[in-house]
Parts: sequence; structure tokens; C-alpha cells
Amino acid sequence: MKLHEYQSKLLFAKNGIPIPRGRVAATAREARDIATELGGRVVVKSQVLVGGRGKAGGIKLARSPEEAEDLATKILSMTIKDLPVRKVLVDEAADIKKEIYFAITNDRAARRPVLIASAEGGIEIEEVARTAPGKIIREHIDPLLGLRDYQIRNVALAIELPRDQWRAFETVARGLYATYQTCDASLAEINPLVITGDGRLVALDGKIILDDNALYRHHDLAEMRDLDEESAQETEARKYGLSYVKLEGEIGCMVNGAGLAMGTMDIVQLFGGSPANFLDIGGGAQADKVTAAFRIILSDPKVKAVLVNIFGGITRCDEVARGIIAAMKEQPRSVPMVVRLVGTNETEGRQILAEANLMTATSLADAAKKAVAAARG
Amino acid sequence: MSILVNRDTRLVVQGMTGREGLFHTKQMLAYGTKVVAGVTPGKGGEWVEGVPVFDTVKAAVDSTGANCALSFVPARFAPDAMYEAADAGIKLVVTISENMPVQDMMKVRQYLDQKGVRLVGPNCPGLLTPGEAKVGIIPGHVARPGHVGIVARSGTLTYEVIAALTAHGMGQSTCVGIGGDPVKGLNFIDVLALFNADPRTEKVVMIGEIGGNDEELAAEYIADHMTKPVAAFIAGQTAPPGKRMGHAGAIIEGGTGLAADKIKALRAANVKVAGHPEEIPELLK
Repeated sequence: MKLHEYQSKLLFAKNGIPIPRGRVAATAREARDIATELGGRVVVKSQVLVGGRGKAGGIKLARSPEEAEDLATKILSMTIKDLPVRKVLVDEAADIKKEIYFAITNDRAARRPVLIASAEGGIEIEEVARTAPGKIIREHIDPLLGLRDYQIRNVALAIELPRDQWRAFETVARGLYATYQTCDASLAEINPLVITGDGRLVALDGKIILDDNALYRHHDLAEMRDLDEESAQETEARKYGLSYVKLEGEIGCMVNGAGLAMGTMDIVQLFGGSPANFLDIGGGAQADKVTAAFRIILSDPKVKAVLVNIFGGITRCDEVARGIIAAMKEQPRSVPMVVRLVGTNETEGRQILAEANLMTATSLADAAKKAVAAARG
Repeated sequence: MSILVNRDTRLVVQGMTGREGLFHTKQMLAYGTKVVAGVTPGKGGEWVEGVPVFDTVKAAVDSTGANCALSFVPARFAPDAMYEAADAGIKLVVTISENMPVQDMMKVRQYLDQKGVRLVGPNCPGLLTPGEAKVGIIPGHVARPGHVGIVARSGTLTYEVIAALTAHGMGQSTCVGIGGDPVKGLNFIDVLALFNADPRTEKVVMIGEIGGNDEELAAEYIADHMTKPVAAFIAGQTAPPGKRMGHAGAIIEGGTGLAADKIKALRAANVKVAGHPEEIPELLK
């Protein structure tokens, strides 16, 4: 789950990192009031969960409250990469002397958190990685020891930070690590961290990505979710603990297990069809989850056939079969369905389906071929 | 021979009295696994399915000589369960539980490494040495004893491949589900090395998926060290970038983790890569 810039920066501030004065606004009028309050030049920044806001014209400098209001009106009516702008952040404009990139993220290969810093701040780190990989400094953190002071000095030295900034940099580094840890972030990024004309370090822009699996212990953060980031079906699926990703094809897939769900999508394509979605009903799914899964799949009007592929280990085939029968009774729309049930309690599951007269298959290839044929009508 | 688990495995099940724990303990007992103890805090002294239940792993190990721990404990308690098993002296810990926060897993893996404990999982189906021991949730009836080793990030794809091999008369030495999380215990390379050294294993099947670069690293290992033929399937060729495909670790990020890159790396290491899981037996012939 991604957080907006204004949310990220508030969390940074909570952990002692200096941020510009400013507030978020939902209307142009509010933006003007904030600009009046701040005095001087302000920056009006669209709050959408995509990169490249500046290039899209979603970040503008205003010299007066009136100009801030005009710019906010324009920006609030924009759509950036398909996402509507619903809020703008109005920040005091900074006097920038130097821009630094500074982040902590999970390094899955090293199985540790890693501090990433670069003297080339302000541009996307992927860009720096392409053009000047030598300018990216990495310092791995032992998850049991946490971030140590000497590591912060290692980084400060490597990015050639002036010595008079080291103490302030230590505060930012500690704050960033605290944010990463206390939020269960998978990424806590300041880009840019600026050195101002008067020699202060300020987090001008920020981005936090949270680990969805840890949200159970962060109810306050979970509430910050921006539903624009996902489709309505994805939101509905999450409510039932289902994992769903919408695709563009016409064969709805309901599968247990993420790997098999991907494999099922792949085989549908291999036999000339195209998958409408990824859907993993998860381990040990009960009948009600299966019913919800069906409703979500069929709410996509493009779906012309449904392929159910269950290989039960922790999931029991009879539970799934009962869910399918219940879902069919509930559905106003009828599409051809191919069901393959193998594994734990498969005999009971097949018996339930046989009574309902459904199209069944035993092999994966057979199931995929039948579903592709059914979608063609 | 086999790897990791066999008929001498003495299993303690953490979370044995819960819904999933109990269901699968029955299945493991029916398969012939030596389930010697269960652990559920507060239920010590009870007997379930003829297995004694203890309050702590230490008490279970002291009384029964358990040498492998399997956990069905929910994610929020799972790190504690793994630390507890490690501190009780268990050297092989298998965690079925899913939805583990990554930061928890980084700490767990670091601690278990320092203790010399092997971890399988989390978010995995566990281990199966056909005819000897089932430690986890892999449906035993689809497997047969034999000479093909299987290592996979996906549980249900593992079952598919086992069933396809069995249907072609090819039994399995050991099936290892390493799990779909980005930070986990044993990885492809670790398990490939075990299969390489196992006299019973003649051929190996590797099931990968999008996300990370473990398959690419495995391809390097195979090219440099593997003396046995390897066939593979990589799931997620139709997956869009930037979307997490169910498994926490299955995501194409910043242009890395693509199925096409993994397939290319494996083919370069002389691994036969299947178009779909049911093609695997043909590739091993």
C-alpha cells in the first residue's frame, strides 16, 4: 500500500525529520488560505500515487495566494496517468542549494534493510542507476542490530556531505530508519533531501510504501489507503481476503494458490485465450470466500467464461464445490464454467459438482482448452 | 536416501489444535509421519489424535526427542513460534503460515542462520518424502516414491507437477515447497545443492515464478555445479508489471523479476523449460 507525499512527510516529521511548512488542501480556496498563512512563495503539488507528477504539470510554483488558488484550481481538475487529483499539498518554497537521494528499503536478495543514498538527488533513483550507478551508495543494516551510528557516517562520507551537515544528517537517518521500522515500510524514501541556502537539511518530497501483511498492527496507517489506487473489484476482493488483479482478457480464472493462479493464466494464453484476471482464493478457503470470488469475477463484463482450477492441499475441494453451487444460485448472469478439482476431499467435491451438471476437466491442459472453447461460444 | 525429512523425522506440530493444524496433523499421521508432539500454549497435558500436547516446544523436545518443527501458527505469532523452535534446539523448522511481514522475516532468518537452523517457508506447503514422511500439507496420495526431486516457490503448482510425474510413472525423492515470500528460509540454490548430493535423486524439477532473481541465481548454480538434469517451469508470463500476484514475492519491479528473463537464464544453463506444468514429465524423459 502506497502513501501520498503529504502522509509520508507527516510520518517523517513525527520521527524528527525536518519537512517544509505546509498543509494539504482539497479545494482551491483552502490552498489560497494555506498560502496566505505561509506567506511568500509556495509550491502547489498534486497528491496522486504515481511518479512523474512534475513532468505532467502537477507541481507548480506560486508567487502569491491568488496564484496558488489559480494553480490549485487547475491541478485539482487534472488526471495524472489515469488517476484523478483530489488533493494538493501547499508547501513553502525552499531555497535549494543541493539535492540528495536518501531511502531505506528491503533488499530481498540480501534479506536485510538497505540504506540507499546518492549525491544525485531530485531525479528518480532508477534513472541514476542507469546513468551513474557508481553514484549510488548502499549500506546494509543488520535487522537484529538496527542502524548503527558508524553506518550513517559511512554514508555521509561516501556521498561527500559537508562535515557541518553530519549532525543534521544523523537526525534524518535515525528518523528515516524509525519511520521504516515503526510503519513496517517496504520503502521509506526522501527525494530530494535538500541542503537549503541557510544550511539546513529538509525532506522536500517523500514516499512510503507499506507492507500489506503488517497492516494488522497499524490500523491508523491502514485507514490512509487511497482507493483510487486500485480497481473496485480489487477493493472488494481485499475485503474477503482474496487476492485479485484485473487483466484485460475474457476468461475469468478462480484458482487456489498464487503460483497455480499465474500458471493457469499462462496456460489459458498458451491455448489461445486471454485471462481476465488473477485470482487466488488462498489456502483453506471456505465456501463464502468462493461465493465472493465468483461475484467479483462476473462483475467484469468482459468475462465470457470462467475456469475454476483447484488443486487442494490446505484447501478442501468439497468446500470449494459448495461455494460454487451457492454462487451459481446467486448469480443473475450465467456464463459457461469449466471446473477442475483435484486433491484433498476431491471425491466429495466432484460428487457435489456432478449433481449440479457442471463442465468438468481432469487435466490442466484439458481445462484450459475447454475454457478457451467456451469463451469463443 | 532423501533430503531434509525421512522415516526418522520426529515431528512436533506448533498450533496442532487449531483448525488447519488439526486437519493436517490427521493427514500426516495417516501418511505415517512420526508426529511425536503438538504444542499449544495452555493445552499442555491433553492428547489429540493419540499425540501428546505440550505448552512449550522445549517441553515437547525434552519429552519426545522431536527433531523437526512444523508451524501452522497465524502470522502474528509465527515469528515467536520459529524463535521458540530454534531456541529449543530444533535444527529444521518448517512454517506453513502465510501473510508474514517482511521485516519480521528478516529478523527471523538472521536469528535462525546464527543458530544454524534450517528454515523452510514461510508461506509454503512444506516437505514430502513419498513413502516416508509428510511434513506439511502436500497431498500425499498424488506422490510416489522415486528419483525426481522437486523444489518450488508455489504450493499448488508443486502438487500439479507431482501428479503429472506420478501419472507418467515417475516417482519423487523429496518434494520441497520453499514458499512464495520475498524473504524466506531455504532457497532454490540450497535445495538444488541438497539434491545434487542426494544419491536417490536422479533428476530435478524446479518451479519458479516472477519476482526477485532467485531463478537467475539458480541458473548460475546449475551451470557451474549441477551434475543432474533439471527441468523447470516459470509461472507468471502473463503477469503485468508492478502488481503483486498473490505471493508477497511475486512482483515485477523496476524491470526485474520478469518470467522471460528467468526462462532465458535457465535455458542458457541447459535447463529444459516447460510451456505448462503438465509438460514436465516429457522433458525429463
